[in-house]
Amino acid sequence: MTASPIELRPTADDHRIARYAAAAIALSVVEAAIPLPLPGVKPGLANIITLIVLARYGWRDAVWVTLLRVVAGSLLLGQFLAPGFFLSLAGALASLVALGLAMHLPARWFGPVSQSLAAAFAHIAGQLIVARLWLVPHDGLLYLLPFFALAALLFGLANGLAAAKLLEESASTAARSGTATNDRT
Amino acid sequence: MRPGDWAMLLLAAAGTAALAPIAFSGGAAEKAVVRRDGVVVAELPLTQARRIEVAGALGTSVIEVQPGRARVAADPGPRQYCVRQGWLTQPNAIAICAPSHLSLSIAGRAANHDSLAY
Repeated sequence: MTASPIELRPTADDHRIARYAAAAIALSVVEAAIPLPLPGVKPGLANIITLIVLARYGWRDAVWVTLLRVVAGSLLLGQFLAPGFFLSLAGALASLVALGLAMHLPARWFGPVSQSLAAAFAHIAGQLIVARLWLVPHDGLLYLLPFFALAALLFGLANGLAAAKLLEESASTAARSGTATNDRT
Repeated sequence: MRPGDWAMLLLAAAGTAALAPIAFSGGAAEKAVVRRDGVVVAELPLTQARRIEVAGALGTSVIEVQPGRARVAADPGPRQYCVRQGWLTQPNAIAICAPSHLSLSIAGRAANHDSLAY
Protein backbone atom coordinates (compact mmCIF):
# COMPACT_ATOMS: atom_id res chain seq x y z
CA MET A 1 0.00 0.00 0.00
CA THR A 2 1.40 3.41 -0.93
CA ALA A 3 1.50 6.05 1.72
CA SER A 4 -1.08 8.73 1.16
CA PRO A 5 0.35 12.22 0.89
CA ILE A 6 -2.43 13.43 3.12
CA GLU A 7 -2.91 11.42 6.22
CA LEU A 8 -6.18 11.68 8.03
CA ARG A 9 -6.26 10.12 11.42
CA PRO A 10 -9.86 9.61 12.42
CA THR A 11 -10.24 10.06 16.12
CA ALA A 12 -12.63 8.16 18.34
CA ASP A 13 -14.94 11.16 18.07
CA ASP A 14 -14.95 10.89 14.29
CA HIS A 15 -15.80 7.20 14.44
CA ARG A 16 -18.62 7.80 16.85
CA ILE A 17 -20.07 10.65 14.83
CA ALA A 18 -19.80 8.59 11.67
CA ARG A 19 -21.63 5.69 13.28
CA TYR A 20 -24.51 7.84 14.43
CA ALA A 21 -24.61 9.71 11.14
CA ALA A 22 -24.81 6.39 9.29
CA ALA A 23 -27.79 5.37 11.42
CA ALA A 24 -29.45 8.72 10.76
CA ILE A 25 -28.82 8.46 7.01
CA ALA A 26 -30.28 4.95 6.97
CA LEU A 27 -33.41 6.24 8.70
CA SER A 28 -33.83 9.11 6.26
CA VAL A 29 -33.48 6.72 3.31
CA VAL A 30 -36.04 4.35 4.84
CA GLU A 31 -38.36 7.25 5.48
CA ALA A 32 -38.15 8.41 1.86
CA ALA A 33 -39.94 5.18 0.92
CA ILE A 34 -42.98 6.03 3.06
CA PRO A 35 -45.66 7.71 0.95
CA LEU A 36 -47.18 10.80 2.58
CA PRO A 37 -50.08 12.95 1.47
CA LEU A 38 -48.49 16.39 1.58
CA PRO A 39 -45.13 17.13 -0.01
CA GLY A 40 -42.66 18.35 2.57
CA VAL A 41 -44.26 16.48 5.44
CA LYS A 42 -41.98 13.72 6.68
CA PRO A 43 -41.78 11.93 10.02
CA GLY A 44 -38.16 12.98 10.40
CA LEU A 45 -37.16 9.68 11.99
CA ALA A 46 -33.50 10.63 11.70
CA ASN A 47 -34.15 13.24 14.36
CA ILE A 48 -34.43 10.41 16.89
CA ILE A 49 -30.70 9.89 16.31
CA THR A 50 -30.05 13.62 16.69
CA LEU A 51 -31.89 13.64 20.02
CA ILE A 52 -29.96 10.63 21.29
CA VAL A 53 -26.63 12.13 20.24
CA LEU A 54 -27.63 15.41 21.86
CA ALA A 55 -28.44 13.68 25.13
CA ARG A 56 -25.32 11.52 25.15
CA TYR A 57 -22.61 13.66 23.60
CA GLY A 58 -23.88 17.21 23.46
CA TRP A 59 -24.80 19.81 20.91
CA ARG A 60 -21.59 19.85 18.86
CA ASP A 61 -21.90 16.17 17.98
CA ALA A 62 -25.60 16.58 17.28
CA VAL A 63 -24.77 19.33 14.77
CA TRP A 64 -22.20 17.12 13.06
CA VAL A 65 -24.51 14.13 12.84
CA THR A 66 -27.42 16.20 11.57
CA LEU A 67 -25.47 18.07 8.90
CA LEU A 68 -23.77 14.89 7.72
CA ARG A 69 -27.17 13.25 7.53
CA VAL A 70 -28.64 16.12 5.50
CA VAL A 71 -25.75 16.17 3.02
CA ALA A 72 -25.17 12.43 2.68
CA GLY A 73 -28.88 11.61 2.80
CA SER A 74 -29.58 14.02 -0.03
CA LEU A 75 -26.70 12.52 -2.05
CA LEU A 76 -28.19 9.05 -1.64
CA LEU A 77 -31.68 10.21 -2.58
CA GLY A 78 -30.49 12.28 -5.55
CA GLN A 79 -31.64 15.48 -3.90
CA PHE A 80 -28.28 17.16 -3.34
CA LEU A 81 -28.50 20.90 -4.15
CA ALA A 82 -32.11 20.42 -5.31
CA PRO A 83 -34.74 22.63 -3.65
CA GLY A 84 -35.60 19.83 -1.23
CA PHE A 85 -32.01 19.80 -0.02
CA PHE A 86 -32.08 23.48 0.88
CA LEU A 87 -35.41 23.04 2.64
CA SER A 88 -33.94 20.16 4.65
CA LEU A 89 -30.85 22.17 5.42
CA ALA A 90 -32.83 25.21 6.53
CA GLY A 91 -35.07 23.04 8.68
CA ALA A 92 -32.10 21.19 10.14
CA LEU A 93 -30.23 24.39 11.00
CA ALA A 94 -33.31 25.92 12.59
CA SER A 95 -34.00 22.82 14.64
CA LEU A 96 -30.35 22.62 15.75
CA VAL A 97 -30.62 26.17 17.05
CA ALA A 98 -33.84 25.21 18.83
CA LEU A 99 -32.17 22.12 20.29
CA GLY A 100 -29.23 24.22 21.42
CA LEU A 101 -31.66 26.36 23.37
CA ALA A 102 -33.96 23.55 24.52
CA MET A 103 -31.13 21.46 25.96
CA HIS A 104 -30.60 24.15 28.57
CA LEU A 105 -34.11 23.70 29.93
CA PRO A 106 -33.96 22.15 33.40
CA ALA A 107 -33.56 18.40 32.85
CA ARG A 108 -35.73 17.62 35.84
CA TRP A 109 -38.84 18.81 34.05
CA PHE A 110 -37.96 18.77 30.40
CA GLY A 111 -36.87 15.64 28.55
CA PRO A 112 -36.30 14.59 24.95
CA VAL A 113 -39.99 15.08 24.14
CA SER A 114 -39.75 18.82 24.79
CA GLN A 115 -36.57 19.04 22.76
CA SER A 116 -38.14 17.07 19.94
CA LEU A 117 -41.23 19.28 19.84
CA ALA A 118 -39.10 22.43 19.86
CA ALA A 119 -36.93 21.03 17.09
CA ALA A 120 -39.93 19.93 15.01
CA PHE A 121 -41.58 23.35 15.15
CA ALA A 122 -38.28 25.09 14.47
CA HIS A 123 -37.83 22.76 11.52
CA ILE A 124 -41.08 23.73 9.83
CA ALA A 125 -40.44 27.37 10.64
CA GLY A 126 -37.00 27.27 9.02
CA GLN A 127 -38.34 25.41 6.02
CA LEU A 128 -41.27 27.72 5.50
CA ILE A 129 -39.12 30.82 5.81
CA VAL A 130 -36.73 29.61 3.13
CA ALA A 131 -39.60 28.39 0.97
CA ARG A 132 -41.44 31.70 1.32
CA LEU A 133 -38.37 33.85 0.64
CA TRP A 134 -36.94 31.84 -2.17
CA LEU A 135 -38.97 29.01 -3.66
CA VAL A 136 -42.58 30.19 -3.47
CA PRO A 137 -42.50 33.94 -2.91
CA HIS A 138 -46.20 34.14 -2.23
CA ASP A 139 -48.20 34.32 0.98
CA GLY A 140 -50.37 31.45 -0.25
CA LEU A 141 -47.68 29.17 1.09
CA LEU A 142 -48.54 30.17 4.63
CA TYR A 143 -51.94 28.54 4.30
CA LEU A 144 -50.11 25.23 4.53
CA LEU A 145 -48.88 26.27 7.96
CA PRO A 146 -51.62 24.49 9.97
CA PHE A 147 -50.88 21.21 8.22
CA PHE A 148 -47.15 21.55 8.79
CA ALA A 149 -47.79 22.49 12.41
CA LEU A 150 -49.99 19.44 12.91
CA ALA A 151 -47.30 17.23 11.37
CA ALA A 152 -44.67 18.84 13.59
CA LEU A 153 -46.85 18.21 16.64
CA LEU A 154 -47.46 14.54 15.86
CA PHE A 155 -44.02 13.62 14.58
CA GLY A 156 -42.25 15.76 17.15
CA LEU A 157 -44.10 13.91 19.89
CA ALA A 158 -43.53 10.48 18.31
CA ASN A 159 -39.81 11.06 17.73
CA GLY A 160 -39.37 12.50 21.20
CA LEU A 161 -41.07 9.49 22.79
CA ALA A 162 -38.95 7.12 20.71
CA ALA A 163 -35.74 8.92 21.70
CA ALA A 164 -36.78 9.01 25.37
CA LYS A 165 -37.53 5.29 25.29
CA LEU A 166 -34.22 4.43 23.63
CA LEU A 167 -32.25 6.60 26.05
CA GLU A 168 -34.04 5.04 28.99
CA GLU A 169 -33.31 1.51 27.76
CA SER A 170 -29.66 2.21 27.05
CA ALA A 171 -29.32 3.83 30.48
CA SER A 172 -30.80 0.76 32.19
CA THR A 173 -28.62 -1.71 30.23
CA ALA A 174 -25.61 0.39 31.09
CA ALA A 175 -26.61 0.34 34.76
CA ARG A 176 -27.01 -3.44 34.65
CA SER A 177 -23.68 -4.11 32.97
CA GLY A 178 -22.02 -1.58 35.22
CA THR A 179 -20.50 0.52 32.44
CA ALA A 180 -21.57 4.02 31.71
CA THR A 181 -22.40 4.59 28.05
CA ASN A 182 -23.61 7.97 29.02
CA ASP A 183 -20.63 10.17 29.59
CA ARG A 184 -22.55 13.36 30.07
CA THR A 185 -24.90 12.63 32.91
CA MET B 1 -42.73 12.21 29.74
CA ARG B 2 -41.69 14.71 32.40
CA PRO B 3 -44.01 17.46 33.68
CA GLY B 4 -42.39 20.05 31.44
CA ASP B 5 -42.88 17.76 28.46
CA TRP B 6 -46.61 17.75 29.07
CA ALA B 7 -46.55 21.54 29.31
CA MET B 8 -44.57 21.75 26.09
CA LEU B 9 -46.98 19.36 24.38
CA LEU B 10 -49.97 21.39 25.54
CA LEU B 11 -48.31 24.57 24.32
CA ALA B 12 -47.54 23.01 20.94
CA ALA B 13 -51.07 21.60 20.63
CA ALA B 14 -52.57 24.98 21.51
CA GLY B 15 -50.36 26.66 18.93
CA THR B 16 -51.41 24.17 16.29
CA ALA B 17 -55.07 24.59 17.19
CA ALA B 18 -54.68 28.36 16.94
CA LEU B 19 -53.37 27.96 13.40
CA ALA B 20 -56.22 25.66 12.37
CA PRO B 21 -58.63 28.41 11.23
CA ILE B 22 -56.19 29.32 8.47
CA ALA B 23 -56.76 25.90 6.94
CA PHE B 24 -60.51 26.36 6.74
CA SER B 25 -60.60 29.87 5.34
CA GLY B 26 -58.56 29.24 2.21
CA GLY B 27 -60.10 29.65 -1.21
CA ALA B 28 -62.86 32.02 -0.17
CA ALA B 29 -63.16 35.40 -1.82
CA GLU B 30 -61.09 37.73 0.27
CA LYS B 31 -60.53 41.09 -1.29
CA ALA B 32 -61.49 43.22 -4.22
CA VAL B 33 -58.63 44.50 -6.33
CA VAL B 34 -59.11 47.60 -8.46
CA ARG B 35 -56.64 48.20 -11.23
CA ARG B 36 -56.11 51.05 -13.63
CA ASP B 37 -54.07 50.18 -16.71
CA GLY B 38 -53.05 47.01 -14.93
CA VAL B 39 -51.70 48.88 -11.92
CA VAL B 40 -53.38 48.16 -8.61
CA VAL B 41 -54.98 51.33 -7.30
CA ALA B 42 -57.01 49.87 -4.44
CA GLU B 43 -57.34 46.65 -2.49
CA LEU B 44 -60.48 46.36 -0.40
CA PRO B 45 -61.11 43.51 2.02
CA LEU B 46 -64.49 41.89 1.45
CA THR B 47 -65.29 42.03 5.12
CA GLN B 48 -66.91 45.42 5.43
CA ALA B 49 -69.21 47.46 3.24
CA ARG B 50 -67.51 50.36 1.50
CA ARG B 51 -67.88 52.60 -1.52
CA ILE B 52 -64.87 54.16 -3.12
CA GLU B 53 -64.42 56.45 -6.07
CA VAL B 54 -61.73 55.68 -8.56
CA ALA B 55 -60.49 58.05 -11.22
CA GLY B 56 -60.59 56.34 -14.62
CA ALA B 57 -59.69 57.52 -18.09
CA LEU B 58 -63.17 58.99 -18.71
CA GLY B 59 -64.02 60.23 -15.27
CA THR B 60 -64.87 58.82 -11.89
CA SER B 61 -66.11 55.28 -11.32
CA VAL B 62 -67.67 54.01 -8.13
CA ILE B 63 -66.69 50.64 -6.67
CA GLU B 64 -68.98 49.20 -4.06
CA VAL B 65 -67.98 46.48 -1.64
CA GLN B 66 -70.26 44.51 0.63
CA PRO B 67 -69.29 41.57 2.81
CA GLY B 68 -68.31 38.78 0.44
CA ARG B 69 -68.95 40.62 -2.83
CA ALA B 70 -68.05 43.66 -4.87
CA ARG B 71 -69.30 45.48 -7.98
CA VAL B 72 -68.75 48.48 -10.14
CA ALA B 73 -71.66 50.64 -9.05
CA ALA B 74 -71.15 53.41 -11.57
CA ASP B 75 -68.88 54.06 -14.51
CA PRO B 76 -68.87 56.77 -17.16
CA GLY B 77 -68.26 54.26 -19.98
CA PRO B 78 -70.70 54.31 -22.90
CA ARG B 79 -71.90 50.70 -22.78
CA GLN B 80 -71.83 50.02 -19.03
CA TYR B 81 -70.71 46.42 -19.41
CA CYS B 82 -68.83 46.35 -16.13
CA VAL B 83 -71.72 47.90 -14.25
CA ARG B 84 -74.25 45.49 -15.72
CA GLN B 85 -72.08 42.56 -14.75
CA GLY B 86 -73.37 43.10 -11.24
CA TRP B 87 -71.96 41.61 -8.07
CA LEU B 88 -68.77 39.59 -8.23
CA THR B 89 -68.53 36.86 -5.62
CA GLN B 90 -66.13 34.19 -6.89
CA PRO B 91 -62.35 34.42 -6.58
CA ASN B 92 -60.80 35.50 -9.88
CA ALA B 93 -64.08 36.96 -11.17
CA ILE B 94 -63.39 40.20 -12.98
CA ALA B 95 -65.38 43.16 -14.28
CA ILE B 96 -63.54 45.21 -16.86
CA CYS B 97 -64.45 48.78 -17.66
CA ALA B 98 -62.34 49.04 -20.81
CA PRO B 99 -63.19 52.65 -21.74
CA SER B 100 -62.17 53.77 -18.27
CA HIS B 101 -59.06 51.54 -18.26
CA LEU B 102 -60.32 50.07 -14.97
CA SER B 103 -60.85 46.55 -13.76
CA LEU B 104 -62.34 45.14 -10.60
CA SER B 105 -61.36 41.62 -9.64
CA ILE B 106 -61.91 39.37 -6.68
CA ALA B 107 -58.86 37.74 -5.18
CA GLY B 108 -59.11 34.61 -3.06
CA ARG B 109 -56.52 33.04 -0.88
CA ALA B 110 -55.68 30.20 -3.18
CA ALA B 111 -55.24 31.02 -6.84
CA ASN B 112 -58.10 29.27 -8.60
CA HIS B 113 -56.70 28.26 -11.91
CA ASP B 114 -58.98 27.78 -14.86
CA SER B 115 -57.03 24.68 -15.74
CA LEU B 116 -53.74 23.02 -15.01
CA ALA B 117 -51.71 21.00 -17.49
CA TYR B 118 -48.65 18.94 -16.69
